[in-house]
Amino acid sequence: MTAVSEHLPGVARAARRRVSLSVWLDRESVFSWLLMAVPLLFLASLVGYPFVYGMLLSLQDRPVAQTGTFVGFQNFVTNFHDPVFWQVAINTFIYTGVATLLKMVGGLGLALAMNQHFRMKNLVRALLLLPFIVPTVLSTVAWMWMLDPAFSVVNRLLVALGWPKPGPSWLGDPTLAMISIIIINTWRGLPFYGITLLAGLQTVPPELYEAATIDGAGGWQRFRFVTLPLLRPIILIVTLFSVIFTFADFQLVYVLTHGGPQNATNLFATYAFDIAMGAGQLGLGASVALAMLPALAALIVALTIYMRRS
Amino acid sequence: MVTGHGRLERAVRLWLPVGFFLVLALFPFYWMAITSIKPNAELYNRNVMPLIVHAPTLKHYVDLLTKTSFLLWTWNTMLIALVSTAISLVLGTMLAYPLARMRFAGAGLIAMTVAAVYLVPQPLLFIPLADVINRLGLGNTLTSVILTYPTMLVPFCAWLLLGYFKTVPKELEEAARIDGASRVQTVLQIFLPLCMPGFISAGIFAFTLSQNEFLYALIFLTKTTVRTVPVGVIAELIRGDVFYWGQLMAGALLGSIPVALIYSFFVEHYVAGLTGSIKG
Repeated sequence: MTAVSEHLPGVARAARRRVSLSVWLDRESVFSWLLMAVPLLFLASLVGYPFVYGMLLSLQDRPVAQTGTFVGFQNFVTNFHDPVFWQVAINTFIYTGVATLLKMVGGLGLALAMNQHFRMKNLVRALLLLPFIVPTVLSTVAWMWMLDPAFSVVNRLLVALGWPKPGPSWLGDPTLAMISIIIINTWRGLPFYGITLLAGLQTVPPELYEAATIDGAGGWQRFRFVTLPLLRPIILIVTLFSVIFTFADFQLVYVLTHGGPQNATNLFATYAFDIAMGAGQLGLGASVALAMLPALAALIVALTIYMRRS
Repeated sequence: MVTGHGRLERAVRLWLPVGFFLVLALFPFYWMAITSIKPNAELYNRNVMPLIVHAPTLKHYVDLLTKTSFLLWTWNTMLIALVSTAISLVLGTMLAYPLARMRFAGAGLIAMTVAAVYLVPQPLLFIPLADVINRLGLGNTLTSVILTYPTMLVPFCAWLLLGYFKTVPKELEEAARIDGASRVQTVLQIFLPLCMPGFISAGIFAFTLSQNEFLYALIFLTKTTVRTVPVGVIAELIRGDVFYWGQLMAGALLGSIPVALIYSFFVEHYVAGLTGSIKG
């Protein structure tokens, strides 16, 4: 190409410039950054900026529709002396811990039960995933009706089985309300656990079970020494996912109990919402939401590193 | 040969647990469905056996469709879900392709960032975002959620597509490049058509995620005309302490049908997306 251009210097300069531009655009790094520029700018302006802005808000006294005044860490001090804030923190940890444990155990049970040969297995799997795909708010409304104080079908079944009338007050009693949101969160998240673990189970080579059986391992030992070690990575990663999204759960509680009775089911997200959107205290609300950050950041960093490594 | 003992064992090992999980998973939907076709006289009578319908009626559906803006909410929900899914697939591809195929400085950092953003839950961002949307004057517009849903869907799609792109063999693209195709041509004409299954998985998943979204819609959309199904049902069918259970259940059922229908056509893709969403 250079040999040709030497004969036609004037034409060649423009052509070479065009060529060099296209060569430049063709470079992997240039092409990549050009392609990524739009999505990265988008994420920077609607995730990165709000994230930083939220931190600034948490340092302000900022009533809605008014200008904020800088108050330093006053909002965090207020939270520290707010008994509801500590109750919310405890609620969130209990909710996340118990629901995750139930989903893990139940999901493993579901995966093991489904990991057998039977007819219409795909149909059953599709049906079992329904709680996970139906919009949470809509299924939560159904649960709300199932736990209705006056016409709860759950209670009518319990009474029919011999429970003293009128049956438990699911959403009226603080402990039962916490149990209710945990059960519904488990109901919704269990299929996610079950189906991802099932996918993991199906990658276990059958030869391993055969070898273990030949070595004299029983059912439990095969599970304990073959299945579980091979599933450990996927269990870990699903659990981290589940913990992150349970910890920051909003919609289920907002719909079912609004955080009540007496804040017994109030979580960080619902409490932050109450303060920011209900009472119009954006700064204080932002500080409550940010209280989730240390735990979330630790989880997110752990999971990100783990996902990158595998 | 199936012996009596073998059959019993199979019942205990298979049908008992599977049946338990099935009843648990499906009972709320059954309850939703039968509540929606019971007349009020039956719904609020404690002396009637509740598990079956004695005098079915479509009154709740008629009321829902004629006395509330449910159809409008459904339209809004669909429009928002489709547009934000489409945006997210395009932007997600623009992130995932370089990460899957190109070598450049900073690729590892970008991949880490995408994964981290994917895991940032909405409650961490909704307060500052509400202020941003207000300042942009986008309150009560569908644009507000069409802009904000992709903040969670773009990293998600990018992550899922990245995993898929890596499984597509490079040889065809290399051959196209040797034949003189530009990078853009190679991506558009050779690579993307090979990735349809990945786009379907990511698209279905993103679609169900945006149908499920509640927090942003609740905050940004406060007028009846712009509401989505979940927000409309919660905000307008529960008036104070009065619950219109028949209509609520009819709304919950109708609101679930689009997702369930699309899901049923693409179950395999959805499961692939589900397992892909957590893989590195």
